[in-house]
Amino acid sequence: MTATADEPKAKHGFIARSWAFLLELWQVLIRPSSVFGLGVLVLAGFAAGVIFWGGFNTALELTNTEKFCTGCHEMKDNVYAELKSTIHFTNRSGVRATCPDCHVPHNWTDKIARKMQASKEVWGKIFGTINTREKFLDHRLELAAHEWARFKANDSLECRNCHSADSMDITKQSPRASVAHQRFLFTKEKTCIDCHKGIAHQLPDMRGVPGWQ
Amino acid sequence: MMRRFGIALLAVAIAAGASSLTAQTVNSGLRGPTPLNDEGPAPPMLPNRNTSERESRNYPEQPPVIPHSIDGYQIDLNGNKCLSCHARARTAESQAPMVSITHFMDRNGQFLASMSPRRFFCTECHVPQNTATPPVSNDFTDIDTLLSRASPGGRR
Repeated sequence: MTATADEPKAKHGFIARSWAFLLELWQVLIRPSSVFGLGVLVLAGFAAGVIFWGGFNTALELTNTEKFCTGCHEMKDNVYAELKSTIHFTNRSGVRATCPDCHVPHNWTDKIARKMQASKEVWGKIFGTINTREKFLDHRLELAAHEWARFKANDSLECRNCHSADSMDITKQSPRASVAHQRFLFTKEKTCIDCHKGIAHQLPDMRGVPGWQ
Repeated sequence: MMRRFGIALLAVAIAAGASSLTAQTVNSGLRGPTPLNDEGPAPPMLPNRNTSERESRNYPEQPPVIPHSIDGYQIDLNGNKCLSCHARARTAESQAPMVSITHFMDRNGQFLASMSPRRFFCTECHVPQNTATPPVSNDFTDIDTLLSRASPGGRR
């Protein structure tokens, strides 16, 4: 597969030419610079790294805002509209959860993993998988099941980013909530999502979902 | 002369009466001083009772009231949040009272295997209780009080 100089290039296929290009590039990369000093190269590399890393994270954070999420009518007219009447949007103290607070892990590696997963959602957006209310309702159970599975797998991490079991004052909860949290949450028998489904959006057809009729 | 004077007197009396009527604000117990053609300010909404303690029924057929908050509970064709605790199979875990067996009966009195669709929408009959003081008092007397009045030695 190596390309030698005495053979005419037209005889070679695409793979061979690509391989030759890569070899040439490698030769350039490993050859020491004869123009720039080592310090210049290091500093330039450092500056470029800062700009790239900063730009990457800025772009990442831009996709992590409610404004970005509700930029598509699929989110704005369905799930965001439903969120507005719930306690996670409006409540006595005015503290509220935005889309990424619950739907994107806050930890960096988990966040990147989720963002890569979300590339499938871009596919869905391009091909209009849920571009009408009816299509959205048809897919709602599947979409909700993904989220329930994620919360179940990470022990409701995104709930616990704000709602810490250690900081819960059960004496200030209603008797019903206090008993349920002591029996199921504190014993780690259940996680938040097991009981608190459909608290921020409407529920899909719940037949067959554990704990529902 | 006398008759014309009488008519004039009557007119003055009517005018005086009418003006005093319009000047008077109707102060009703429910409306407050708001004029009849105006809408008064709405009183602030009060929270629902949330004690989770069963309340006694006023009469045997009364649907039990809900002694806890049900804010955001979805009850529609997709699901019924109430049944997550009150369904037969869920009561062991939740320790909530099971929906009455009458809810399994169809309109002919036949028992079905699960809840009858006509009894599915809980809040048609069962309602949470608000902490507001009723603007109109209620003098409802329950049957036990009536029976005790009729019995010898009972309070008349």
